[in-house]
Amino acid sequence: METYTLTVNGQTKEVTVDPGVPLLWALREELKLTGTKYGCGIGACGACTVHLGGVATRSCLVPVSRVGNRPIITIEAMAEDPVGRIVRDAWVSLDVVQCGYCQSGQIMSAVALLKSVPRPTDKNVEESMGGNLCRCGAYVRIREAIKAASRQLEGGVR
Amino acid sequence: MTPAIQVVTGSQLSRRGFIKASTLAAGGLMVALYLDPPAAAQEGAQPTPRTYPPDAFVQILPDGKIVITVNRLEVGQGAQTALPMILADELDADWSKVTAQLAPAGELYKDPLIGIQMIGGSCSIPNSFQQYRELGAKTRAMLIGAAADRWGVTADQCRTKDSVVYGPGNRSARYAELTEEAVRRPAPAVVQLKSASQFRLIGKPVRRLDSRAKCDGSQKFSLDLDLPGMLIALLARPPVFGGRVRGFDDREARNVSGVRDIFEIPLVSGSAVAVVADRFWAAKQARDRMKVDWDLSGIDHPDSLQLFARYTELAKTPGNVAVRLGDEQAMGRIPASDRIQVEYEFPYLAHAPMEPLNLTVRYGRDRAEAWVPSQIPTWEQAALAEVLGLKPEQVTYHVLSAGGSFGRRGTTDSHFVREAAAIAKRLPGAPVKLIYTREDDMKSGYYRPMFVHRVEVGISPDGMPLAWKHVIVGQSFVIGTGAPQEAILVKNGVDKLATEGTDDSPYTFPNMHVSAHHPMVNVPTLSHRSVGYGHNSFVRETLLDELATRAKADPIAYRLKLLKPDAKKFRTSLTLLDQKSGWRRRLPRNHASGIACSEYNRTCVACAVEVSIENNRPRIHRATLAVDCGLAVNPLSIENQMQGGLIFGLTQLMANGAITLKDGRVEQSNFDRYAPPYMPDAPVSIDVHIVPSAEQPTGVGEPPVPVIAPAVVNALFRLTGKRYRSLPLTTV
Amino acid sequence: MLVRSSRTGSVFDQAAPNANRILRSVAVMLVACGAGLLLMSFASPQAQHGDRARTRTEGLAAWQQVYSVLTSPRCINCHTATNYPQQGDDRRRHFANVVRGLRGQGVPALQCVSCHQAINADSTGVPGGHDWHLAPLSMMWQDRNYQILSSAEVCRAVKDRSKNHNLDGAGLLKHHTEEPLVLWAWHPGRRPDGSLRTVPPLTHEQFVEATRLWVEVGMPCPQAP
Repeated sequence: METYTLTVNGQTKEVTVDPGVPLLWALREELKLTGTKYGCGIGACGACTVHLGGVATRSCLVPVSRVGNRPIITIEAMAEDPVGRIVRDAWVSLDVVQCGYCQSGQIMSAVALLKSVPRPTDKNVEESMGGNLCRCGAYVRIREAIKAASRQLEGGVR
Repeated sequence: MTPAIQVVTGSQLSRRGFIKASTLAAGGLMVALYLDPPAAAQEGAQPTPRTYPPDAFVQILPDGKIVITVNRLEVGQGAQTALPMILADELDADWSKVTAQLAPAGELYKDPLIGIQMIGGSCSIPNSFQQYRELGAKTRAMLIGAAADRWGVTADQCRTKDSVVYGPGNRSARYAELTEEAVRRPAPAVVQLKSASQFRLIGKPVRRLDSRAKCDGSQKFSLDLDLPGMLIALLARPPVFGGRVRGFDDREARNVSGVRDIFEIPLVSGSAVAVVADRFWAAKQARDRMKVDWDLSGIDHPDSLQLFARYTELAKTPGNVAVRLGDEQAMGRIPASDRIQVEYEFPYLAHAPMEPLNLTVRYGRDRAEAWVPSQIPTWEQAALAEVLGLKPEQVTYHVLSAGGSFGRRGTTDSHFVREAAAIAKRLPGAPVKLIYTREDDMKSGYYRPMFVHRVEVGISPDGMPLAWKHVIVGQSFVIGTGAPQEAILVKNGVDKLATEGTDDSPYTFPNMHVSAHHPMVNVPTLSHRSVGYGHNSFVRETLLDELATRAKADPIAYRLKLLKPDAKKFRTSLTLLDQKSGWRRRLPRNHASGIACSEYNRTCVACAVEVSIENNRPRIHRATLAVDCGLAVNPLSIENQMQGGLIFGLTQLMANGAITLKDGRVEQSNFDRYAPPYMPDAPVSIDVHIVPSAEQPTGVGEPPVPVIAPAVVNALFRLTGKRYRSLPLTTV
Repeated sequence: MLVRSSRTGSVFDQAAPNANRILRSVAVMLVACGAGLLLMSFASPQAQHGDRARTRTEGLAAWQQVYSVLTSPRCINCHTATNYPQQGDDRRRHFANVVRGLRGQGVPALQCVSCHQAINADSTGVPGGHDWHLAPLSMMWQDRNYQILSSAEVCRAVKDRSKNHNLDGAGLLKHHTEEPLVLWAWHPGRRPDGSLRTVPPLTHEQFVEATRLWVEVGMPCPQAP
């Protein structure tokens, strides 16, 4: 067991865990941030996506010992993020979710895409979101919601 | 007259509505309305009535919030919004103040037609539509009655809107103000329900109530449950179904920091070793370091290739008869050149919901508590009680929202509940969360069974099917279980769940013979979204396409011609599809269209897809769907389910969309080898058209699933000249 | 085949980019001979054997060894012709639809570094290395049908400076010796199931030596079939 200092959603937190514990489980079990989900444990589904040092990252794969001082942002902080808010509102407005279990990861990926490419083409969307699994099949609405969010971003700079 | 406050006993339970109401400590009306199911749908004895808790279905709180309890697990299908919508409409509630909660296990929450608390078979709306309407209408009637009394007017001088009763002369009272008086009133035995023109929510596109929480990380799923002192348990499971623990070496496992206990537990079949720790990762590390000596003797080690070979042989012989229509000799009189004989293969499919199986149980000496994303709560409550040596009433059983299910969380043997109970019993007082890793979940069995179909079709000179001979081979997960459905579903040794889609064909085949074999195989199987229609509709709709092609007919026109007169919803959905898929006639080069239709539990879906081939895979550019589901309760939700179900149905077309076994071991353990559809695999656009209807609403969760695979391969035929009869689609 | 290294060779590092190729090859050979002669006067009999000028045949054989490493899974999985990497000893398409992106680093929400960190994560089974990314398409060593290109084709591509980020022989040797992602191939970490990934058919030292010999001889390529 080691103690690590993490910056999570702007706050400094200490966790004492085995160095090999994935960031996902430190967030969920030590910090009680359960918005980030466990779907597969091998990075194949994206449900565990957080922003680590500004990069959309699959937290089930990153041991806490490798985080370093890179800031961590989770779904819980998206309400305070200008792009995050627009994405969330588009998701709600277009009734995207079904079971919702994958949606934290979908939103985190969508926000990462839009922060990098505010006006993504269909191909951009498909490539960036192509690794996020949704067993309920909400992809059509996810595409539409990203387009709607993109138009919002274009229309009003927040 | 029924007294205002009443405790139910057996003698007092009558066919009239019963109401037990009380006031909350802080004020407010909690209404429990227990409605006897319609006599026609209910056979057998009533369950023993109990004192029903007061807040069973509707709570109107002093601040105007209305909490509606939903008698269905929410797995994404939207019941948690649709049923409150229905009740709130009849109640004339202010929808902006409505929230929903999931009912715990309880007889009160059983499906009124099926008689068991459950979800499955897309029956939430069809079976609870009337129930929730009456709940809303009766509550409204009591509130009006209270207002009318207060004002000295009659009920018919009052009207309601948005949680307010209005009386003559500008009088008004909020529902929240009326609850104390409403509680004292008798429940009306009969109420007037709204006419369709009066609906303010039903029929409108209403957004989900749980959206926001699911978009900001605050929605709690079962895996998110956190309780003081909670322990995490993982199971080291046998590599072959039914394997037993002969012994184990846990020395390395116990060295992992945080491990609490390690012990053997029985499984429904075989046994496993439970590893309990205070954190998930510790439990996983420890479990992975276990050295278990498995006894795999005396059990079958199934192998997919061998099974397909065995099934193929079986399919050459007639099985137990499901349908016998017309003249069995008719086929023999049709010239060979006018006969098609084909075989189809379908693999095991895993449900693979995004949230792997998990649940939490806390056991005390005379009480237990469970938190389960449960499809069949009262059954599982009973199973839990049985394992714990308690009575069901001693088990408080909470139902939590699930990250998908597709049938996986509805087992007749309640296996995961039994496993959790066995573990919790060893650790009294501690809440124990049993977690299946994705690997555990994927290898745990309870798959959509493997099937082989052998079909012979004899064609008349005008290109219509004259004779249809069909043998279906695949496991039954109902036969031999003794479950209540067995008597209903299994006739003459044929499990309807394996033959539906074929035995209820909407098409006229003057001569038809359908039979089935249900081999016993050491692989647990289960309902999987759309159950038998998933493979039967594939066979039927691809063969229909072959026939239509031979007859040089348009695939929709051909089907319309062939439909039985009473296949009304097939007719309406295909006709609407024809109207909305004019694009079929204006396709770019190297694009082709394909058609398929299917029904599920009285809802029909017709589908047209536009497909091209890219990188040796089908690329679906668009899908158009037409659905007849009777009255469309929530068109937005229907569109969502149609789009989602269609994409779910793509799983069996994916190159890695199969569970296979070798020497008894499941070969796939995660999404790297069992790859369901991701966004690039899904059509960019799916437009959904709902047939306008005033008929009773029917469900939509499963109907769209079977149509996409046959529609796509029918389109592929036009591009490659090949027919695809073996799934998954590994090559084009 | 054991390849002995000669410890001279600094002249390679200083070779001017625009030097005439033939002249350079001759120069290399002369220097190699010269260096060999020099060493011979001090070296042990064993060392003497390794210091003579290499023949073209030996150079081609050395190239075959290099080729065997380049086309082994740990290397070729990122030297693809497609817009995605491969993974595993069976070189299947990498899961989760990860794609190349503009610079071989993936796309905004799905970068290589979304999962692959700076070192292997054995606890979670994901390999890692500094700046994990795909080799450029110019360095594809297989075709779009996953067929490994011939030794001749790969050889020509590897030394083609218009394709290989302008690396000359020295640069290639340095790449093979020091590049973190190359070194990774010999420490590829554990899979999620805990098993160790397989390493290339030669040790890294052997690979470097084979490269050195091949470069020494002037980077000969086999004839195209």
